[in-house]
Amino acid sequence: MRELILVLAVVAATCAIPGVFLVLRRMSLVSDAIGHVLLLGIVLAYFITRNLDSPWLLVGAAMTGLLTVVLVELLQRTKLVKSDAAIGLVFPALFALGVLLVSVNIRNVHLDVDAVLLGQPELATVPRWQMFGYNVKPIAILFAVLTLNLTLCLLLFKELKLSTFDPGLAAALGFRPGVLHYGLMTVVSITAVAAFDAVGPVLVVGFFVVPAATAFLLTDRLGLMIVLAVAVGIVAAVIGVTAAERLDSNTAGSVAAALGLVFALVFLAAPGRGLIAAQFQHWRQRRTFEETMLAVHLYQHEGTPEEADEARADGLDQHLRWPQARVHRVVDRALVNGLVLRERELLKLTPLGRERAKQVFGER
Amino acid sequence: MINTLRTIFDSPGVRDAALGTALLGIVAGVMGCFAVLRRQSLQGDVISHAALPGVAVAFLLGARGPLLLVLGGAIAGWVALMLVGVIGRRSRVPVDAALGGTLAVFFGLGLALMRYIQVNVPDASRHPLDRFLFGQAALLRDSDLWAIGTIGAVVLLLLSLVWKELKLLTFDPDYAASVGMPVRRLDLLLTTLTVVAVVIGLKAVGVVLMTALLVAPAAAARQWTNRLGSMVVLAAAFGALSGIGGTVLSHQLGSRAAVPTGPTIVLVATGFVLFSLVFGLARGLAWEVRWRSVAKQGNL
Repeated sequence: MRELILVLAVVAATCAIPGVFLVLRRMSLVSDAIGHVLLLGIVLAYFITRNLDSPWLLVGAAMTGLLTVVLVELLQRTKLVKSDAAIGLVFPALFALGVLLVSVNIRNVHLDVDAVLLGQPELATVPRWQMFGYNVKPIAILFAVLTLNLTLCLLLFKELKLSTFDPGLAAALGFRPGVLHYGLMTVVSITAVAAFDAVGPVLVVGFFVVPAATAFLLTDRLGLMIVLAVAVGIVAAVIGVTAAERLDSNTAGSVAAALGLVFALVFLAAPGRGLIAAQFQHWRQRRTFEETMLAVHLYQHEGTPEEADEARADGLDQHLRWPQARVHRVVDRALVNGLVLRERELLKLTPLGRERAKQVFGER
Repeated sequence: MINTLRTIFDSPGVRDAALGTALLGIVAGVMGCFAVLRRQSLQGDVISHAALPGVAVAFLLGARGPLLLVLGGAIAGWVALMLVGVIGRRSRVPVDAALGGTLAVFFGLGLALMRYIQVNVPDASRHPLDRFLFGQAALLRDSDLWAIGTIGAVVLLLLSLVWKELKLLTFDPDYAASVGMPVRRLDLLLTTLTVVAVVIGLKAVGVVLMTALLVAPAAAARQWTNRLGSMVVLAAAFGALSGIGGTVLSHQLGSRAAVPTGPTIVLVATGFVLFSLVFGLARGLAWEVRWRSVAKQGNL
């Protein structure tokens, strides 16, 4: 189980880094498309090498990922279909081709459809790829890609940051937006290839997107966002693998569900931006607004002959057109907050209350 | 050729499968037109993947018939779309990230539940839920056909009742709102109809590829016409032909190996798209090339 946690945590961390840029650049669904087409790349490379342990399968897969990005962009450029439809046309077609080729040609080889679709994290620590005379474990490849992503992210942090948040300025300053774009796509393809073995083609998009989206709710700083995204991925890997072990259920699927759980918690409870915090802020604003309205009403009639009628505490429901209960609540709070004073049945503004009312009229 | 086709359709399994997938293609093609025109093509992707945990939960609760399983899937797909909406409106997470994330989380939950069912539910092996991943039209029974036919007919009937309103909603939602149409409710209705159209196809085409059956016929039809009415009819035709063609192709290839129907249907549908992109009368690439060469010769 320790091993499984390690595998899934490394997958999540590796995907989270480029995932941050995908989310910020509104390109999340490209990772969905890339994840799906890797199968076709592996199959095609297998037809050439006829060896399921050849590292060329990985190269083929990564290249199909890039090919998909190019195909989608070409299709968009014809202006015959919109960008969402272009993605929706290209990747199901290539995925279907991959599944078809597998089921027609590679029966009885351990590349069957279900295994490919579900991912096999438990095999990540078994030596598989033959490279330069060594037997390489999938997890070694995962670690290599993690190192690659970290290095690129540190080296190109400034360039990525600028081209993500202000592509126009980045281009004007002489950064190549195209190079960065295709560079990022290459990294996403390579990362997806490494993750694919463990989590399958469909869940890949979740590992890219969900940690980054969660971190996006927590911070405004890009560097911190990347760190948080990696942390979210690791936490979800621990929760998911543990749950899968307890319930004897699918590991990668459980981790994806755990990612959703972490996101939901943050979405509800994030400080400042979460749903709960937003609701509290809404209530606070409403209370302040009600008190201000009361102060404005009293201020307008202050010192006029009508004050005797307008400022009577038990007539306010008529003048402000509020239900009795709300009047009581607002008056009580205004008394506590020191905006008004009670003088027999009349309400009088305190200097503080007068100040609040004046602010509304822009008087100083 | 004709004779081969005749022998194929003589076998009742293929005839039922072709009929079922053709019906699916019609419903998905029609609903897909709205999804494509409203730039929500990937809604289908989310619905179909998110339906998986719904199917699994329905199964865990004791459902075995196609109607109840489909209902479970529809509820889950619908919930997923609503969540995407909430995330998009109530946070700063971009909608595309919300779509992708929701899809993967629901699908992951579905995979986990499916494995749990395989291990823990005694009669699970008699009802292999993993058919829902890629679909197997050959397994469509009479009850499935009735379910697809009835539900599909209801979807199309509802659609025809609010046709004018949905047309306006699709092309000019702001105007629709300004003349007092219940835009939110119409939007909800259209979403619900799309969800239903997607989930009834899951058993035949599978969750992974049902999205293509929504997008491809509509995108192909769009290349031939600028009118919604003709586009819908064409998309229905492309959808039906994809269903029949895909089923036959899967059957033909299936004589050598077990080929799932989902992929073959998607590939046939993609063939229609490619043909339409090149030769489509409204805006096809071939005509553009020809116009350009004519213009160059100065004959224009």
